Amino acid sequence: MTRPAVRIERRLVQHRWLAVVVPLASLAVAFAAIGLVLAITGHAPWATFRRLFDAAFLADGALSNTLVSATPLAFTGLAAAVAFRMRLFNIGAEGQLYLGAIGASGIALLFAGQSSVVIVPAMIVVGAAAGAAWAAIPGVLRAFAHTNEIITSLMLNYCAALLLNYLIFDSQSYWRDDSATGQLFPQGKMLADAASWPVWTIGSIAIPFGFVVGLTVAAVVWVLYARTRFGFEAQVIADSPRAARYAGMRTRRKILAVLCLSGAVAGVGGASQMGDFRHILDARGLQQANYGYTGIVVAALARFNPFATLLVAFLLGGLENAGYTLQGADFPSGLVGVMQGLILFAMLGGELLVRYRIVIERPGRIAAAAEASA
Amino acid sequence: METERAYQATAAVPSGTAAVVMRGITKRFPGIVANDDVTFEVARGEVHALLGENGAGKTTLMNVLTGLYHPDEGEIEIGGQLIELHSPRDAIDAGIGMVHQHFRLVETLTVAENISLSLRDRPFVLSRRDAVREVQRIAEALHMPVDPEARIWQLSVGEQQRVEIMKAVRSGSQVLILDEPTAVLTPQEAQSLFETLRVMAAEGHSVIVITHKLHEVMAVSHRVTVLRGGRKIATVRTAEATVESLAAMMVGRDIELEQRQDRSSPVGEEVLRADGLTAAGDRGFDALRDVSLVVHAGEVLGVAGVAGNGQRELAEAITGLRPLAAGVVTVDGRKLGGGDPREAIAAGVAHVPEDRLHTGVAPSLSIASNVVLKSYRRGGVTRGPFLLLRRIRDRAVELIRRYDVRATSPEVPARVLSGGNLQKVVLGREFSGRPKVLVVAAPTRGLDVGAIETVHDYLREAAADGVAVLLISEDLDEVQALADRIVVMYEGAIVGERDARTATTDELGLLMAGVR
Repeated sequence: MTRPAVRIERRLVQHRWLAVVVPLASLAVAFAAIGLVLAITGHAPWATFRRLFDAAFLADGALSNTLVSATPLAFTGLAAAVAFRMRLFNIGAEGQLYLGAIGASGIALLFAGQSSVVIVPAMIVVGAAAGAAWAAIPGVLRAFAHTNEIITSLMLNYCAALLLNYLIFDSQSYWRDDSATGQLFPQGKMLADAASWPVWTIGSIAIPFGFVVGLTVAAVVWVLYARTRFGFEAQVIADSPRAARYAGMRTRRKILAVLCLSGAVAGVGGASQMGDFRHILDARGLQQANYGYTGIVVAALARFNPFATLLVAFLLGGLENAGYTLQGADFPSGLVGVMQGLILFAMLGGELLVRYRIVIERPGRIAAAAEASA
Repeated sequence: METERAYQATAAVPSGTAAVVMRGITKRFPGIVANDDVTFEVARGEVHALLGENGAGKTTLMNVLTGLYHPDEGEIEIGGQLIELHSPRDAIDAGIGMVHQHFRLVETLTVAENISLSLRDRPFVLSRRDAVREVQRIAEALHMPVDPEARIWQLSVGEQQRVEIMKAVRSGSQVLILDEPTAVLTPQEAQSLFETLRVMAAEGHSVIVITHKLHEVMAVSHRVTVLRGGRKIATVRTAEATVESLAAMMVGRDIELEQRQDRSSPVGEEVLRADGLTAAGDRGFDALRDVSLVVHAGEVLGVAGVAGNGQRELAEAITGLRPLAAGVVTVDGRKLGGGDPREAIAAGVAHVPEDRLHTGVAPSLSIASNVVLKSYRRGGVTRGPFLLLRRIRDRAVELIRRYDVRATSPEVPARVLSGGNLQKVVLGREFSGRPKVLVVAAPTRGLDVGAIETVHDYLREAAADGVAVLLISEDLDEVQALADRIVVMYEGAIVGERDARTATTDELGLLMAGVR
């Protein structure tokens, strides 16, 4: 027993300032590491940081592009936050978003002749319903058969991806472009102009309608959890299912309702992809974007607070957007990935320090201090 | 208690050398000093009681002795040699053995196999015959009848405890520590355990009994060391102590030992009726078998029994937490469907559950949230789907004041409350629903003496207000102090009913052991 022991132990008190200081410090660590990588690969760190920040938030049209990247992350982040708050680990926002996109584009195609006053709300409603229905599968299984929702929702992502591919590549479905080019190069049918969601321009920033919807959803989720009986029950169930049952709460219904709500939010994200940005059911593009999985990271960094989720989505959106701008002949896309990865790694790693602390012990003090609170 | 006095008269403190000396032990944890300069000495051939309330530092001190904790200050001498304990292994090698509250036995193996398992130098191929013979030898030496070839799951809890003791002795323990050994025993089993401990002491072992029960100290020990708030208060010869003097040392003030109070108020009409309740336990077997009982308004019906004989299942069946395989619960003439807590709550059944921290409250939520844990559905604190947070807070403030809960604010999470304060929150909330029936399970387990008195007062008040109280407790003293009638549960069934005024401890103890 001569070497010092390093242990990680739970903090007895979590100071509020940690929630601010730790992420900022993590960011600083990340940028220090990135600076090192940049210096080694022969890029000037400061100039690169300036370009990064410039491309994300300052340059002409940068904020507009950042919002384009941020909007889907806001939805999938909120979807994750809604479920994770009740300790329901819905990993299925990815698939629920696909279903939302399928549903919204389907109704948009069906209502092709109508005005946008009809089509846009219909897309939101059908997108939400499709996402909720997809999430209801793990919901029912979890509520009534105690099946682990992590596994089922994850597996359903692959099913949703296969469905998407089937609709566009492997069948003559309603969604597939049936023109001559569409037969040669399979792609989705173009939605009518009336199915395009409005864009508001404030100054030089274009704000997509989907982002506004996301703001509204965040506000609703916040009120739901902080101010309603529904949210109260969800909190109790999350904290102690036994206490919830003891208090006479209908736990199973609530599990199903929360998973459906989570799926609905992701589904609206899918609808926003159709209405705001893509306008055709873009099977490949949606699958490459990984919105659902990134949304989990967004929600985790935001500690499942709906407004913080929007903020984190915005920042990560900026990072992604800057990545597109940075990469070029002298700046490989792999390096962009390294930068983004390091930032996420440091931020998520730093989270540990909010709840735990690292203790370096001199020899001879092996006692577990955490036991005292037990 | 004649047996106690008889034993003390013959008990002389052995004057041999010290088996264990713990000198100036200090152990600090963040925010608390669990042991503050404690010196503790156990003689060879002595039964030494370590007495103190929950949180007094008994367990920490023994964890230091068994090598689980390393003290910040102080030294340990075992058998006259200064020794540094770095791990439980070191302590076992030094001859320290521990019998935990929760036994560490392999249920599907036999007694002899379990004991062989614990040996460090066991041969690669076990000789069953040798193992059995060895167990028989120990069993005879310690006057503990146990069948070496019986499988653990077939044994009663008292027999399992004997196996634990034999395990410790077989692996060479000279000092045996027992943590709350009688918590799971009937009074008779406890007597026989004490007998064993005396024999062990007479053979030269040292025995340390961790306890907070004064009668046990009087019944079994030669000397007693009292801890309070992490400090050693005194070590006294048991023969020179009284229950009252020990209680005062333990609590730090003079306390009146609880006397049974026979109530003058008459018992009212039948309120709670259970007919033929049968329910499966968590493992699938019938844990509750054809249980029928009646509780009247203003009456306390005590349910006694050794832990794990269906008491928890009974509470859960009546409160709707456990589905019924057969039987009916009737409250105030209204039949409950069973298996639905909400229905039971609506019928006026309040419940103070055994597991107060994870069932009685949602531990991470605020006190305020926990105060409205059941009433949030009714009016008053909600409007439509929305919560009226100000009113919820007001209710919590009111409950905190009325029940004297020590909490800095209604916003702090329930888990930071001490056991006694948490129980006050649960009781206050349950009373606020104006119940007709109150089902309380192990209401004072783990509470300190002051909190126990308070809880008992509240339960008496509830009965005086005309509530039908079903008191389920493994603490026979508690049941005898509070109940009007006592039923005893054994293996999921009620094996007898007695009038609490006339029932004797011996008689109830036999029933608890399943002897009719």
